[in-house]
Amino acid sequence: MPQRKTILVIGGGVTGMEASARLAEMGYRVTLVERQGRLGGHVDNWDFLFPDRKPAANILNPLKDAINYKVDVKLSTEITTIKKLNGQFISSLSTGDFVKTDVILLATGFDLFDARKKEEYGYGIYDKVITAAELEEYFSGKNGYKLLNKDGRGKIGILHCVGSRDEKVGNEYCSKVCCVTGVKQSMKLREYYPGYEVFCFYMDLRMFGRYFEDLYREAQEKWGVQFIRGRVSEASETHDNKISVRFEDTLSGKPMKISLDLVILLTGFVPASGSTYLKEMLSLDIGKDRFFKPVDEHLKRNHSSREGIFLAGACTGPKSIAESITEARAVSLEISSFLNKSE
Amino acid sequence: MRNNKFGFTIHSDNQINLDERDFNLYHKIISGEAGFMSCISCGSCTASCTAAAYTDFNYRQLCHNIRRGQNDAVAKELSKCMFCGKCSLICPRGINTRKIINLLHKELSKTGQYAY
Repeated sequence: MPQRKTILVIGGGVTGMEASARLAEMGYRVTLVERQGRLGGHVDNWDFLFPDRKPAANILNPLKDAINYKVDVKLSTEITTIKKLNGQFISSLSTGDFVKTDVILLATGFDLFDARKKEEYGYGIYDKVITAAELEEYFSGKNGYKLLNKDGRGKIGILHCVGSRDEKVGNEYCSKVCCVTGVKQSMKLREYYPGYEVFCFYMDLRMFGRYFEDLYREAQEKWGVQFIRGRVSEASETHDNKISVRFEDTLSGKPMKISLDLVILLTGFVPASGSTYLKEMLSLDIGKDRFFKPVDEHLKRNHSSREGIFLAGACTGPKSIAESITEARAVSLEISSFLNKSE
Repeated sequence: MRNNKFGFTIHSDNQINLDERDFNLYHKIISGEAGFMSCISCGSCTASCTAAAYTDFNYRQLCHNIRRGQNDAVAKELSKCMFCGKCSLICPRGINTRKIINLLHKELSKTGQYAY
């Protein structure tokens, strides 16, 4: 009987977990390395998900169960070096261990854009300016204190495209999922804080996925969320501790301002900080957006520029959870056919 | 004529402060026609409008101004509508645009700003 083929999966988010489970199911020996001390990546910080508002745990728990006892999971572990020897990859880990594998799958995902770089929005300066990820932590109760008074009245602003489609921060691409995240969160805010009006400031609303348009419409009709087409230019604190934002209402062509009690920044995707190191070490191609570049955007979406190294999930650009899981399944098949051919 | 002794005059603020706007009319309209909220500003109402072909009437802009609490010109604008209802037929969001015009007439006649 030939020796079982081995695979190293780097990144324990939804993509890495799903791919590991599928590959283990096919009979491969899978090692999953995750930098953090827990699995789940960004999804673990999320409270509930678009479009069906299911709790994030409903996605993560089955994924965790699927790799239990089948995959060698190494948490709080980073890759130190990777070398190719006799057709195999020898990866040394921060724990001092070595892993010898036939294939490497990069599922390194993304980081959220650091909102401090858009200083004009006042993140890190004013307490009332938070990110969408922080809002999720409030929703899930992970973030201790109360955000707003439940019986209070006031206004909340949601700023789209923070760190996306913005040459000034070097990110010209669209982060794709923030629009619908903003719509989802706007409804939840109206539900939690009925006395607060919610305003979304957008450039374009990109409701690309199935049911997303329904969410947008529900936000407008059922929850009375107001959508203002115009990018906020600056935020400043007022004497009564509110945040005054300036924008052009481009549909009426007039400059306007409004005071808000809370500002949510929909921060976009940037390539994961750790992926730069891997890119240099493995000399992989990257795109103009600095995410990993597959060999072909249609037919070889999961193939990196080096043989035996595969890509999946948000390491090749912004993706939704559903898309990441689908990619994880697709890459499992690609890896399997690659290993069968090389036998 | 304004005193222009110093070679300059004072302009009123061009920037609209939404904190100081009156949203009463807006809230009355949405309580009568929730679809008022779901406008995506596609402009097909204005493009199909019989009145807009001959006057500067702009239904999309009229509604948009009400959503932003700019009600000054509503009464004057409203008088240009011919009530043909073509905008209702074309609206991709299914908004009852004709009903909105009716509601506006009703609200404005209450305040004496406009009567049939």
